[in-house]
Amino acid sequence: MGLKQNLHNFKEKNKDKKWLPGFNALFTFLYMPNETTHNGTHIKAADDLKRTMNTVIMALVPCLIFGMFNAGYQHHLAQGLIESADGFFGASFWTWDNFVIGLWKVLPLVIVSYGVGLAVEFIFAIIKGHEVEEGYLVTGMLVPLIVPVDIPLWMLAVAVVFGVVIGKEVFGGTGMNILNPALTIRAFLFFAYPTWMSGDKVWIHGAVERDQAIAAGQNLDAISGETILGTLAQNKEVGYNVMDMFYGIIPGSVGETSTLLILLGALFLIFTKIGSWRIMLSSVIGALVMGLIFNGVVSSGWITESSKFYGLMSTEFWHHLLIGGFAFGTVFMATDPVTASQTTKGKWIYGFLVGFISIMIRVFNPAYPEGVMLAILLMNVFAPTIDHYVVQGNVKKRMKRVKVKTA
Amino acid sequence: MAKDSKLILDPLADNNPITIQVLGICSALAITAELEASIVMSISVLFVLGVGNVVISLMRNIIPSKIRIIVQLIVVATLVIIVDLILKAFAYELSKTLSVFVGLIITNCIIMGRFEAFALGNGPWRSFLDGIGNALGYGIILVIVGFFRELLGSGTLLGFPVLGDPIEKTGLYALGYENNGFMLLSPMALIVVGIIIWVQRTRNKDLIED
Repeated sequence: MGLKQNLHNFKEKNKDKKWLPGFNALFTFLYMPNETTHNGTHIKAADDLKRTMNTVIMALVPCLIFGMFNAGYQHHLAQGLIESADGFFGASFWTWDNFVIGLWKVLPLVIVSYGVGLAVEFIFAIIKGHEVEEGYLVTGMLVPLIVPVDIPLWMLAVAVVFGVVIGKEVFGGTGMNILNPALTIRAFLFFAYPTWMSGDKVWIHGAVERDQAIAAGQNLDAISGETILGTLAQNKEVGYNVMDMFYGIIPGSVGETSTLLILLGALFLIFTKIGSWRIMLSSVIGALVMGLIFNGVVSSGWITESSKFYGLMSTEFWHHLLIGGFAFGTVFMATDPVTASQTTKGKWIYGFLVGFISIMIRVFNPAYPEGVMLAILLMNVFAPTIDHYVVQGNVKKRMKRVKVKTA
Repeated sequence: MAKDSKLILDPLADNNPITIQVLGICSALAITAELEASIVMSISVLFVLGVGNVVISLMRNIIPSKIRIIVQLIVVATLVIIVDLILKAFAYELSKTLSVFVGLIITNCIIMGRFEAFALGNGPWRSFLDGIGNALGYGIILVIVGFFRELLGSGTLLGFPVLGDPIEKTGLYALGYENNGFMLLSPMALIVVGIIIWVQRTRNKDLIED
């Protein structure tokens, strides 16, 4: 009588209890249940939902760890305590001090995100009487990576409840949602508490507190860190070089700054065939095309330096891939298999428009600096329409072929 | 008499114009950011629908059916202009908040719907009850939505700060609470109405369509 048998007996004894789905969820985390299918032939593949989710989480872990170091690094750098790191292996970046600050700030975000989200999932599973779905595993990891490091934990909790209930459960749970839950959570935060989601204070741990201390009359230097998008939107000079942007040693949401590590994650997802390379590639193409159009507009002289769009429009087209959350959104969110297009042709169209619209929103509406969030949510809504027309187009083409033959 | 009371009570819950018939949504989204505006809007619709239903019911036998829509429009337009002028005279600030939406009561589907569906075929007293009932059903949803949007969005109720002062940091704000700006935007009104519909249909499964 091992632990597994005990748990199984316990489960059999409490078959009719309302909380059984909650128990089952924990049980299946530990063991494969004893139940077998009773009729028909079933094909069993190794990549079930839990395995798929775990693969994405593994791809996210480097971003999370880097985000912790970066949070501490930006905090110390803004206070003038350390010198700026030169390159990815800069001596002042990978230090224990940085990591401790980051861990202290980021770990609570992860815990709140998972704790609240899974609690909502459990409650819904018990009400509906079905098994707990694994859908939140990836969302719970994505959420802490796409919020500013200093976001108050209760706001995150409120947003997670909103995102999981309105973004997912009302549509019927995992696999039925129209919008990406993680982005729904971020969009909620963005529109509900804009002072905590934009500006030059929220991206660096301690900047808001420092501001309040100064307002209270203490004699301190203000610290701030504008994101590159924010700086460009104000037509100011960017103080970071391209390699900084690529390595991710810049202020921003916790885990989205390092294009290098996101690229590694992307390769991992493509290699394991979890993420769609079509969506990633077409979205990059879309962004480059839009960037080229804007560059063209600037070089043809229609937009001059006095225009409020000049800063973002004149940004070299391929820099758009490195700054802001574009890379992160494209790799980890646009490819969400539930909310993206399902057909091959549809994926190309969907991805292209995600990239195209991201850069458009970014440039034309500096009030919404993170265009990729809104672009993906918008395209999530359109994905079923795209699929519909792709399928219908296919049907028409085949119908024609049939007619030609009969005639 | 039992049937008469049904005319008022039915639209409040099981046949609510907003949550069940899904009519009059535009104004429910547009003016519910403040509780006061919701209440005034509800009272305006109560007046227009109550009086309008009686007027149409009295004229029901002399209106040629070919031009009945025009007659209905004239009746509702007259009443709406009366409401608009009264608001401008006695509550100017509020009428500015409601702005164009008082005028748009004319296009509120609930009103034309009740004229067509009820007042044209029933006597004045029953039509009056039906108008009051539907307007109350509309109003109750507006007030619920307005209550949550103002409380969570601005931290006030009828302009009175119930959660403390956000600038002086008193009450809840001292704990770090902040107003939810999303609540003031129209999409959130849609979501709140959606949640009401959800709760209502969970409690009464008969209301779920197909």
